[in-house]
Amino acid sequence: MSPKSPQSSPATGASPASGTVDLATEFLDRSTPLGRVRNLLHRYPALSPGIVLIVSLIVFGIVSPRFFFANNLSLITQQVAVVGTLAIAQTLVILTAGIDLSVGAIMVLSSLVIAQTASQNHVPAVLALVLGLLVGLAAGALNGVLVTRLKLPPFIVTLGTLNVFLALSLLYSNSASVIGQDIPALITNTGNTFSVGGIGITYGVVIMLVLYIVMAFIMTQTPWGRHVYAVGDDKESARLAGISVNRVLLSVYVAAGAILAIGAWIQIGRADAASPNAGTDLNLDSITAVVIGGTSLFGGRGTIWGSLLGALIVGVFRNGLALAGLDVLYQTLAVGVLIIVAVSLDQWIRKARN
Amino acid sequence: MDSKGTQLTIAEDTRPGSTLPFTQPVLQAKRLVKTYGKVVGLDGVDLELFQGEVLAVIGDNGAGKSTLIKCLTGAEVPDTGELWLNGRRVQFRRPQDAKHFGIETVYQGLAVSPALDIASNLYLGREIRRRGFAGTVLRMMDTKLMRANAKRELDRLGISTLQDVTVAIENLSGGQRQAVAVARAAAFGSKVVILDEPTAALGVRESGQVLDLIRRLRDEGIPVILVSHNMPQVFEVADRIHIQRLGKRAAVITPTSHSMTDAVAIMTGASSG
Ligand SMILES: Nc1ncnc2c1ncn2[C@@H]1O[C@H](COP(=O)(O)OP(=O)(O)OP(=O)(O)O)[C@@H](O)[C@H]1O
Ligand SMILES: [Mg+2]
Repeated sequence: MSPKSPQSSPATGASPASGTVDLATEFLDRSTPLGRVRNLLHRYPALSPGIVLIVSLIVFGIVSPRFFFANNLSLITQQVAVVGTLAIAQTLVILTAGIDLSVGAIMVLSSLVIAQTASQNHVPAVLALVLGLLVGLAAGALNGVLVTRLKLPPFIVTLGTLNVFLALSLLYSNSASVIGQDIPALITNTGNTFSVGGIGITYGVVIMLVLYIVMAFIMTQTPWGRHVYAVGDDKESARLAGISVNRVLLSVYVAAGAILAIGAWIQIGRADAASPNAGTDLNLDSITAVVIGGTSLFGGRGTIWGSLLGALIVGVFRNGLALAGLDVLYQTLAVGVLIIVAVSLDQWIRKARN
Repeated sequence: MDSKGTQLTIAEDTRPGSTLPFTQPVLQAKRLVKTYGKVVGLDGVDLELFQGEVLAVIGDNGAGKSTLIKCLTGAEVPDTGELWLNGRRVQFRRPQDAKHFGIETVYQGLAVSPALDIASNLYLGREIRRRGFAGTVLRMMDTKLMRANAKRELDRLGISTLQDVTVAIENLSGGQRQAVAVARAAAFGSKVVILDEPTAALGVRESGQVLDLIRRLRDEGIPVILVSHNMPQVFEVADRIHIQRLGKRAAVITPTSHSMTDAVAIMTGASSG
């Protein structure tokens, strides 16, 4: 540490301080306990949602004895499966400082293609799933092309495609649902359960968890994942570092489309049907899960696992409040408060850094 | 072009080893033009960078120094003009094109990713993958190796305060960030290193380290282009000085042929060199 005065500027006149800087005191800002907490939350974005989840589990467990019953826990996981899957796709897009309002619509369109081709067109189940995947990829690619080529803000692009995809869904399905009985078992099996320590877990939940593991690996361990963070963090810096920003953005929307198609499969099993009206709440719920999960809407900061925690928090709150006998409107109120708290927390954490 | 002729019109040949006959420039720009709408950033600029030299680029604010650097390195594509690398015509459409040829740049305003850690920034866009299955099939990065290398590069630069390469850039001071950007360019520049005001946020000691690094690169055979407003630094380290004025190259001088006052006079248009 140099005790030199900060006034000893060099000839450029631009330097704020001379001499060496003690990194530990500078970046950790340990002066106050609050500063320490802030730095911890900053370094581990999944920490705050993790704490919220644990606390809410304890509180709801105390309030309502039935909360920890096996069938209730099973119910929570099933309710989280679809939103949790959509949240993965949403996390990818939000990490690039974008937002995808069309996740629910893409999932619905994909689920209708899977269900209808398998039931009415008698396409083999596996092929129907592949067709659904292709629809998801194409829809994601459309978003990606509009964002990268026309340079439109993702919010506007996906607001447009949300309506386009919903209209296509209604056209394609004649506004009618396909019921589970008409759909091959392979497709609806995602709603079947098996027992883990007495708790019924659906295959859809397992697929979601596998997706989380795969995507968390990709985002933390591969160059592509790192480039997604870099693009969301600072596009120009990423470009100057030699990253093809548009290619990364396009691939993010395409990957999101693929994940949404898998979400469609899970949704068919969960609802035991494919309905053009299924996706309405899912858009906002997926964004809610991502935001509560500690991912910053400004991009470049957040984790895949945080979004699972976020989805679980929403699921636990809804379920716990219902068990406590409160009206649905209080669930909605609670989720709204959670969002505002999460975003405020993110702002507070970021403020330490500018 | 006559290989033995004296095509340099302005300064005498004072490059290191000036007893050698004229060699072709490592990097050469011919009549670069870059406009932004009505604003003319570059108005037909020539530049030659020779083996074993430090070429300083000076000029007033808005003279086109950064635009020139960007056009040399693929960050901007010039409207017209040519780039030659070791006698071969090249075109850089993107920054990675220039990197591909071993040209590394510290851009003004830094271009580091704040949320990524130091090691990730050093290796951004050129991550090392693991050997074998994990690297080729799973495409897993070798984080450990990259961190070890990053630490070595920072040590080489003598940045003693940056011990932990897993610290995010946003937690560093302005000068430390600059040091990371310089270290990145120095580590990967195998042909040419270009620095646009690399010492702007640095203290006296750190500036000295960067100047040492520039000399070391030159001595290792890597020519350096240094953009700076700091005249004493420029005159201390440069072999030749390219003076940029109103989007044009006003003159090329050397620290021995001209004084700082001369340089300032040319920069401001008080003298034509
Ligand atoms: N992206 C841009 N859009 C519009 N005009 C630009 C852009 N970049 C540079 N210019 C203009 O080009 C001219 C040269 O700018 P440049 O940044 O190259 O100057 P400079 O010599 O690097 O100045 P400084 O010493 O302040 O860094 C200026 O008039 C500037 O306003
Ligand atoms: Mg500049």
